[in-house]
Parts: sequence; structure tokens; C-alpha cells
Amino acid sequence: MEALTLDRIQFAFTITYHYLFPQLTMGLAPLIVIFKTLAIWKKDERWNQTARFWAKIFGITFLFGVVTGIPMEFQFGTNWAAFSRYAGGVIGQTLAMEGMFAFFLESSFIGLFLFGEKRLGQTLHWLSAFLLFVGTWLSGWFIIATNAWMQHPVGYETAADGSVQLTSFWSLLLNEWAVYQYMHNMGGAVVTGSFAVAAMGAFYVLSRKQVEYGKMFLKAGVIAGCISSIWMLFPSGDLRGKMVAKHQPVTLAAMEGLFDTTAGAPLVLIGQPDMEKQRLDNAIHIPKMLSFLTYQRWDAEVRGLNEFPKDQHPDNIPLLYYSFHIMVGLGTMFIALMTIAAFWLWRGWLFGSNWLMWIIMLSFPLPFIANTVGWMTTELGRQPWLVYGLFRTEHGASPMVSSGNVLFTLLGFLGMYTVLSLLYIFLMLRRIEYGADELAIAAEIPGQEVDLGSAA
Amino acid sequence: METAWFMIVAFMLVCYVILDGFDIGAGIIHFFVGRSESERAAIIRSIGPVWDGNEVWLLATGGTLYFAFPVLYASAFSGFYLPLIMVLWLLIMRAAGIELRHQMDNHMWTSFWDFIFALSSILLAIFFGAALGNVIRGVPLDATGYFFEPLFTDWGVTGATGILDWFTVLSGVVALIALGVHGASWLALKTEGEINLRARRIVSFGWYALVAVTILSLVAVLQVRPQLLENYYVLPIGWLIPLAVIGSLVAIKLFNARGSERNTFLATSVYLAMMLGGAVFGLYPNVLPALDPAYSLTIYNAKAGDYGLGVGLVWWSIAIVIALGYFTFLFRTFSGKVAVEDQH
Repeated sequence: MEALTLDRIQFAFTITYHYLFPQLTMGLAPLIVIFKTLAIWKKDERWNQTARFWAKIFGITFLFGVVTGIPMEFQFGTNWAAFSRYAGGVIGQTLAMEGMFAFFLESSFIGLFLFGEKRLGQTLHWLSAFLLFVGTWLSGWFIIATNAWMQHPVGYETAADGSVQLTSFWSLLLNEWAVYQYMHNMGGAVVTGSFAVAAMGAFYVLSRKQVEYGKMFLKAGVIAGCISSIWMLFPSGDLRGKMVAKHQPVTLAAMEGLFDTTAGAPLVLIGQPDMEKQRLDNAIHIPKMLSFLTYQRWDAEVRGLNEFPKDQHPDNIPLLYYSFHIMVGLGTMFIALMTIAAFWLWRGWLFGSNWLMWIIMLSFPLPFIANTVGWMTTELGRQPWLVYGLFRTEHGASPMVSSGNVLFTLLGFLGMYTVLSLLYIFLMLRRIEYGADELAIAAEIPGQEVDLGSAA
Repeated sequence: METAWFMIVAFMLVCYVILDGFDIGAGIIHFFVGRSESERAAIIRSIGPVWDGNEVWLLATGGTLYFAFPVLYASAFSGFYLPLIMVLWLLIMRAAGIELRHQMDNHMWTSFWDFIFALSSILLAIFFGAALGNVIRGVPLDATGYFFEPLFTDWGVTGATGILDWFTVLSGVVALIALGVHGASWLALKTEGEINLRARRIVSFGWYALVAVTILSLVAVLQVRPQLLENYYVLPIGWLIPLAVIGSLVAIKLFNARGSERNTFLATSVYLAMMLGGAVFGLYPNVLPALDPAYSLTIYNAKAGDYGLGVGLVWWSIAIVIALGYFTFLFRTFSGKVAVEDQH
């Protein structure tokens, strides 16, 4: 394999693996703030225990997010030097701001939040939870702004040496594309967080241990999950889709598997793109729906792949098509599941409905999949460009780094991340075994918990 | 403007080396200072709430470097491909060592992570020192503005160079000893009893090694890159830097003998800052010298556009003030000594 292919595989692998962790921490962060708020507001120590339990999960996940995140920043230079040279004058801005504004905030307050409850007191501890939430979501903003610029470049000029340089700070930072992408992405993180909380609750209720906490988790998770799942479709998903239709019409055609320009285009639910015959096999579709969703007219014309030169087509159309359809399919299921669960909760049936709690428990991995394929849709949809319409992926790799060297590091990452996965699963299972109830007890055993509060 | 950003990046790098330096240093001497499991737990606790924030200085410095000098970032990171990726692996291992150790109360578990923590800290110090050595020696940049160095070739400093040669390995050893002493002075400050005594003993013995390698590295630098002195002749005030190095070395010895822990730690910090400062002062305006000087990357040919750099000055100034505020609050909250707890 040539170096470019390996560079792409390594980046795709490391970023996909990395994002499993931040989506959970960014989703849990606001929920933890809510738990802390409830604890203070209702003067209910159980919400504090809930916050502590999820803080432990948050802490381990945050650590894995940090260590797998450092390679992302480095790889811009190590594997994508030509791209960095080309675009560093613009995206260096947002990446540096992430470090200066978000990372310092997060890293300072994670220590205070996890180890400082006794020293800080409840009000300051609430504040550190809140600032941690702000930090993780700020970090998300700078990354989305970076990605949004690559999807929809604004506020730049091309310099004499061929590189791009920033001309408008605020158009980079408040890129229209970034606003909708951020709304959609952060909603996706909250879906992951809510499902994790709800699934953990279902597990505790079903396994008849920690039942009291289990019910609290379920309640919080289902309400947050219901709101965030609907948010993913409307307004954020809708707005996000219109951005693609407006600025990347060829990507829209590929996502939908629309080979030929059609007036009154149907919305495809399922079917397999056949690239050889340039058609969609075994398609099940809703007539005229795509035209309506995109242009609010039933007979509007949607441009198909045939309208665009081949060298502008995304280079892996079937994978892009499946990624998008899996995301939409899962998102629809989330809305259905969480709406039913919320209704059951409201009627007081939820804790007696084992079948429903089983489904909630077993569906915890699904939001991770949905977020992953969502990002795959974004990134595969941008191909063959690194910076849409300006700079092709094939020109971005480091010119002097040979394929043998990239394969070496790719294999190294594969091995290292396999070990990390095993550790993460092992630590999570232990946490779940402890439960929220026993945290206070566990904290009393020296060596179990690092707590500087009692140490000094 | 580019000079301002050169100084900003240098300042952030110094902050990183001083801050993450003490927790890497603690790792280097982990097994020498912490003889029992509970003593090693105390060492980890002394850096527990702050190491993550310290390491973020590396990320923030990297981000700022990318922003201010994208051409340098592209050339240097792809040229140092293998060692940089290995640094990433070491950072992952080290983070796991620190944070996973206390997750389970089991002898094998804690010993394993203690070992990982110490090993990765030692290797990181050597790698970072070697990286600085590479920058001082110069790299085989060509007209395309790129280079690629294998890990090692014939260990010589001319011709087809590798990341590791006699000079860069020496730089690695300097970093290992300097950070070890720095870490020991941190542990002396943060601990009491037996660990405290051992840490102070490491400072006093390590001091002799530190003086020796400091002199050795100075001689070696004059061998490998005598041009580094040019700036000192142009701007004689620069000679204050080597004077400060000597001063800080004397101060480490005196304060440690007197048992003044805070001042010893400050002195090792000043030593690190001045050693780096001396190199940076000599390099300016180069950011990555080439073996063939015609291809050297300087602040002028590696910088980003002027508009972006101007805007950056505004937000960077705001961000650094806020960040320093966080750090003050963080270190004050967790100030004071860490006790050794009985584990069982």
C-alpha cells in the first residue's frame, strides 16, 4: 500500500477510536452539572452520590480521551505535513485556541472536580463541575470550527506561496457551517451520555442491586435521551442536512445514493448502491420525500451524481451511503425508544416493564455507532478534498514519510489501542460492580481512591 | 511580530519543561525515592491533581507553534516522524501508569503501573533531550523544506544524520539528569519523612552529575554548532544567561544543604529555564537550522500570515492570563505536603 492510503487509515483509525471517549465525556458533563444542581437544590445527598458515581466514569473516560487525543494534534504535522503547510495559517488559529482556552480550563478543573470536593466545599465543587462542562464543550467548538472550515472554507486568502492565510477571524470562528455542525454534534454527544446513564440504570434495576440509584439513573437518562434524540432530527439534523445540500450537492447525491438527477426525488430507506451499473439495487423508498426535505417542494429537482464530474465524486460512495443511512436509521430508533420510555416513565410503568428496560440496557452501544457513522458521513462526504474545493486529500500527506514507516506506527497504534480497550472495559466493569451506593465506603479505604483532601 | 511569537513559543516551552519536568522527574526517580508501595503511592499523589494540567502545556505549545509557524510544524513533525510517534506512545503509557495505578488495590497491579510510569518517564526525558539536541545540531532540510531522519545511522553529527547520534544522546542524558534532580526537588518539597530525606539526597548527589553534564554539553555544543555563540557577541546581555545557569547551580547546592525546599525547587526551575533560554537565544532567528544553512527555517520563512498573527496576540494574551489564574488556584488548592498512608 502506498503511504497516502496508510496515512488515511491511521488517521481514520486513531480519530474514530479517540472520539468514542469525548462523545461520552461531553455528553456526561452537562448531566453531572444537573446532578450536582439537583443535590444542592433539593438537598438530596443521593444526587451527590449519583454525581460522584458518574464523575468516576467521567474521570477514566476523560483520561482515555486525553491520551488518545494528543496523537490527533501531532498527526497534523507528522502525517499531513503538506496539508499543515497549506492550511496551518488558518486552522492553526482554532487549534491553538483550543489549547489555550479549552485544554487549560479542562485540565485544571478535572483535578479540582475529581479530587477537590472536600477542600472546595459544595458551591465551589459545583462551579468546578460547571467549568469542566464549559471546557469540554468549548474544546468541541474549536474542533468543529476547524472541521467546518475544511468542509466550507471562509475568511481566507491564498498567499503568494500557495498557502492559505486568515483574513477574517470572526468568519472562521463563527462559520455558519460550524454553528449547525456543532448543534448536531453536541446533541449526538448528549445522546451517548443519556443512553449510558439510562442503560446503567436499567442494568441496576434489572439486576436488583442499587435499585434506588438505578431508578434515578433511568429517570434522568430517559428524559435527557428523549430530548436529545428528538433534537438530532429537528432542528439540528434538518439544518445540518440543508448545509450539505447547499454547499456540497455532490455529497448529498452520494449520501442518498441518487445517481441521476430527479424531479420529485424519493427518500431511500434501504438499498445497495451498485457502482458498476450506476443504480441503487433493491431500493425501498418514500416517493418525493427527499425533494421535500431538501427544498420544501414535493417536485423540486435534486441533482444526481451524473451532474458532477467523476473527479469531484467522494471516493468511497457506498461506504458514505451506508454510513449516512445507518446514522439516520439508528437516530429514528432512538427517538422511538426514548419517546416510549419517557411516556412509560410519565405513566409510572417504566420500572415494572422489564422488556423495555432490557431494550434500554442493550442499546447503550448504539449511540457510539451512530456518532461514529455520523462523522464518517461528514468526513467521507468531504472527499476527495481535504479542504473542500481547494485542496485535495492526495496532496496532503507528508512527502518524506515512507509507507513502511507509517505502517510501523499504524501497527503500533493498533496494538496500543487494543490494550487500552481491554483496560477501559476492565475498569468500567469494576466501577459498575462498585455502584453508586458503595462509593462513600470505597473512599474510606486508603489506596482505593486518590484523595488529596484527606492526605494533606 | 514574528519575534514576539518566537518569544511566546519559547516562553510556553519553558513553562512546559518546568511544570511537566517535575512530574516526569518524579517518575525518573520513582523507584529510588519510593521504596515501598505506600511511598510510591505518595509520590503519585504529589503529582496526581496537577500532572495533567502540566502536560497540557505541551499540547498548548504544540498548538501555538502550529498556529505561529505552520511551516516549521509541518517540516519538524514529519521529519521527526518516528521519535514523535514514540513520544505519543510513551505519553499514553505514562498517563496510564499514573492514573490506573490507584484503580485497584492489588500488589501486582500497582507494581506493574509503577514500572510503566518510571520507564516511560525516563524514556520521555531522553527523547525530549535528544529532540532539543537535534534542533541545535541542525537537520538535513533540503530545497523542498522537508527532511526525514531515521532513528540512528552512524552516530555522527555530519552527513546522513539520524535522530540519535553522540551529541543528541548526550543531550538526552543532560535532560534525564536535569529532570531527575528537578523531580527530586519537587518531591522534597511535597513530602516528609523518609521520602523527603531520600529526595534531598538525590538532589545533593545528582548535583555533581548535573554540573558535569552541563559543562560537557556546553563543550559539545561549541563543537557541533559554534554559530550558536554569534548572537551572544551581537547582544552581550545574553551572557547573563550562562551566568544565571551557574548561579542556579550554586543555589541548588546551597539551598538543598540548608534544607530550604521551596528555594531549591525554584533554583532547579531557574536552571531548566536558563539552559533552554540559552539555546533559544543562540538559535534566534532560526527555528530549525539545516545542516546546509541555506535551507534553515527561520521565523521569517516559517511564519503564518500577519493578520492571523496579529489577531492571535489579542486572544493569546487574554488566554494566558486566565490560564495562569487557573494554575495559581489549582496549585494553591493542593498545596502542602503529601503524607504516606499505610496501605493495609
